[in-house]
Amino acid sequence: MITYEFLQKYWWFIMSFMGGLLVFLLFVQGGQSMLASLSRKEDEKKLLVNALGRKWEYTFTTLVVFGGAFFAAFPLFYSTSFGGAYWVWMIMLFSFVLQAVSYEFQSKPGNIFGPTTYRVLLFLNGLIGTFLLGIIVASFFTGSEFTVGKGNIAGLGESGIVISQWQNPMMGLELLGNFRNISLGLAVLFLARTLASLFFLNRLDHKILVERSRKFVLYNGVPFVVFFLVFLVWTLLADGYAVNSQTSDVYLEEMKYLNNFIEMPIVGILFVLGVVTVLYGIINTVVNPKFKKGIWFSGVGTVVTVTMLLLVSGLNNTAYYPSSVDLQSSLTIFNSSSSYFTLSVMSVVSLFVPVIIAYIVYAWGSLEKKKLGLEELDTDGHSY
Amino acid sequence: MDLLLNAATVNWSRGQFALTAMYHWIFIPLTIGLALIMAIMETIYVRTGDEKWKNISRFWQKIFGINFAIGIATGIILEFQFGTNWSNYSWFVGDIFGAPLAIEGIFAFFLEATFVTVMFFGWNRVSKGVHLLSTWMVFLGAVLSALWILVANAWMQYPVGMEFNPDTVRNEMVDFWAIALSPVAINKFLHTVFASLAVGSSFVVGVSAWYLLKNRHIDFALKSIKIASIIGLITFLMLAYTGDGSAYEVSQKQPMKLAAMEGLYEGKEGAGLVMIGMLNPGKQTYNDDVDPYVFKLEIPKLLSLLGYRDFNAFVPGIKDIIDGGYTLQDGTTALSFDERKARGELAIKALADYQVAKKAEKEALNRGDSDAASAAASNAANFETILRENYAHFGYGYLETGEDLIPDVPLTFYSFHIMVMIGMYFILFFIVVLFYLYKKDLRKTRWLLYVALWSIPLTYISGQLGWIVAEVGRQPWTIQDILPVKVAASALSPGHVITTFIMFAVIFTVLLIAEITIMVKQIKKGPEEVTTEIGNEK
Repeated sequence: MITYEFLQKYWWFIMSFMGGLLVFLLFVQGGQSMLASLSRKEDEKKLLVNALGRKWEYTFTTLVVFGGAFFAAFPLFYSTSFGGAYWVWMIMLFSFVLQAVSYEFQSKPGNIFGPTTYRVLLFLNGLIGTFLLGIIVASFFTGSEFTVGKGNIAGLGESGIVISQWQNPMMGLELLGNFRNISLGLAVLFLARTLASLFFLNRLDHKILVERSRKFVLYNGVPFVVFFLVFLVWTLLADGYAVNSQTSDVYLEEMKYLNNFIEMPIVGILFVLGVVTVLYGIINTVVNPKFKKGIWFSGVGTVVTVTMLLLVSGLNNTAYYPSSVDLQSSLTIFNSSSSYFTLSVMSVVSLFVPVIIAYIVYAWGSLEKKKLGLEELDTDGHSY
Repeated sequence: MDLLLNAATVNWSRGQFALTAMYHWIFIPLTIGLALIMAIMETIYVRTGDEKWKNISRFWQKIFGINFAIGIATGIILEFQFGTNWSNYSWFVGDIFGAPLAIEGIFAFFLEATFVTVMFFGWNRVSKGVHLLSTWMVFLGAVLSALWILVANAWMQYPVGMEFNPDTVRNEMVDFWAIALSPVAINKFLHTVFASLAVGSSFVVGVSAWYLLKNRHIDFALKSIKIASIIGLITFLMLAYTGDGSAYEVSQKQPMKLAAMEGLYEGKEGAGLVMIGMLNPGKQTYNDDVDPYVFKLEIPKLLSLLGYRDFNAFVPGIKDIIDGGYTLQDGTTALSFDERKARGELAIKALADYQVAKKAEKEALNRGDSDAASAAASNAANFETILRENYAHFGYGYLETGEDLIPDVPLTFYSFHIMVMIGMYFILFFIVVLFYLYKKDLRKTRWLLYVALWSIPLTYISGQLGWIVAEVGRQPWTIQDILPVKVAASALSPGHVITTFIMFAVIFTVLLIAEITIMVKQIKKGPEEVTTEIGNEK
């Protein structure tokens, strides 16, 4: 018999894994933020846009599915975070709206705004999409200002009928005032740019861009490591939001996240391995001029690292979406999840994920048999 | 009920959702419709090896690409808006509603995103067969996406397969297949997909007609019209069939919506179906005895037949539904609004009392007072019983008067009737087009070519009107009888929602203008130029 608790943990793992995949796929956004700085000539820009343009829908779709899966598995997060941190989500989503049309429209005849406008929009999405996602993930560790009262809808709430209520009038923008949040936001931004550089280095058949990308791995890799370490060390040493397994009460525990890594050694070891793999991909690319496979190491490392980081935020009696103004309103994987039945249905659905991964790998592979150069833009049947 | 949401917040949230949904629905039908048409065209190319069919399918693929991107752009906001603007809704029914959305993402979006990339970029990188498969997978992905989002939408109109849990204060799924295969869902899915194919086929016929008028790309245009008009005729016949099914389901499950669609205030046996009519603007309230029509032309008894499969069945009007007292299909007597409101208030109060009792039980257990805990548990059980007995009327407890139950009658009425008229027009249109295509010379029938060109907007209009009927017609509910819109929204001040409304209104409008300009330019360039521009192939 599969227990309710098992399903809740299973779905937290799936959300964590999807979060890891999403952060890796943000290399598309990272690349968009470098279109102007990495390329000098128009044909170089075109090549970069087309290299990213063949991947952008994976990132976009993963973001949408990540949202949908959160809705299905942890609906209280959906209603609390989206309805509360309204502006962070809205600005981020707005940037993705801009992205979705920018590839297809930018080089089309009759384009009334000109390609530069759309490239600026891609730049904005690259900057905002990565940074704000980092801010939101950081708030899983630093907390947000909200209360939850499930009886509110029956008139038991003093401040209104809505179950989840954000207590800061800035509706999420206040998260930008926390330097720990900002440090992870910047870490995600520079990680995405680093991964994009590694991606270009691996995929492009263009000597100048490849050489320049190698330099950009260093330029972006260093700030990534710095900001990530600031966030990581700060978080490991900070108080964390722990849950009493008997009473379900939430309380602050010293170095909770460090304790989680220690108390879940497999998670801790994989996290360290993930970080080392990311760093190996970056460092080897910088020091070894012939090494072009950095994206695979840093990509896989990113997925593993982020997955483990998110696991630590929600497992081992931890509140994954903590309220800093009312500890008992904090969301745990137990008080915010869907019912046993729904999680069971969704778990059956999740069994099909390997099939989906298989056809994605096949499709990706079939399109990546040869590298992308300027010549392929003319012969591949569709270009941006 | 005190502490209800700010009315401006609710109205602007509704407005924002309507804005994004309507913009989304400008692009999605063409995506689905073109996907099928270009998949059929590519199939002909693969089977015959005729390069002309390849060029034809690639031209429509180019148009598809322009439209696809903006459809995605408008779609992402729709999904997340359930959380951002409808926070209470997201928790209250998220256990049920979230699942189809996630399934849509997992099964449909990845299928579309993956194979659309192969379809666009794979002409020289994968085999003919794999490319064809990819094009069909894009169509399948689009249809699957429609399926799951419409299952979710249908559930809001006809909530089944669920049970309310007073501990978690939400509705929980107990029967997945009852939700996925509900008759409302199946009908809604079929009707919507056929509506999409209608847009695709009329678009292809209209654009091709323009080429014929300009005496350009004659072979391309005639081939395109041949495929699209056959699909078009079948589609509109199926729309009439599924439309009948939809009307039947609405009669059974949402009688107030049906009454609004027909402007029916006073119910009657053997009710007629209004073919054309004009509502009386002088009618102020549902019970003011003012004739609701300035004039109407109706087919006797047809509404009873459509709604209840019986020429003489009683069709309740708006007044009947508010006043109650008529006999329902199951033989019971319909409750009045006042009775349902009283029972709804009882259910809400029982939920509050249950919550208080459970809290008292927990506190008593914590301090080791087993007697008090037992008494509290007993109270909680009683309140739960009251709640369950009255839960079917839960949402009525939040409403004030019977007037609250009435959707916007003129908007629903005119939307419904204009939609039906456009549908009927297109059945005739496609018959005439096929007649001239096979029996006469369509190229020389310039009046018909102009009609075809100017008919393109009509399918878009009818699609929008269809959604207005479905969504405006079910007001005041987000979940029929369970959750009114004024309880479903997020705790946002109106200023926030107004700002995002303006943001999205501006950006979607700007993008729509860009899209139309690009598409017109691409069409003016024509299929041969597009093919040449794409480049040489192996």
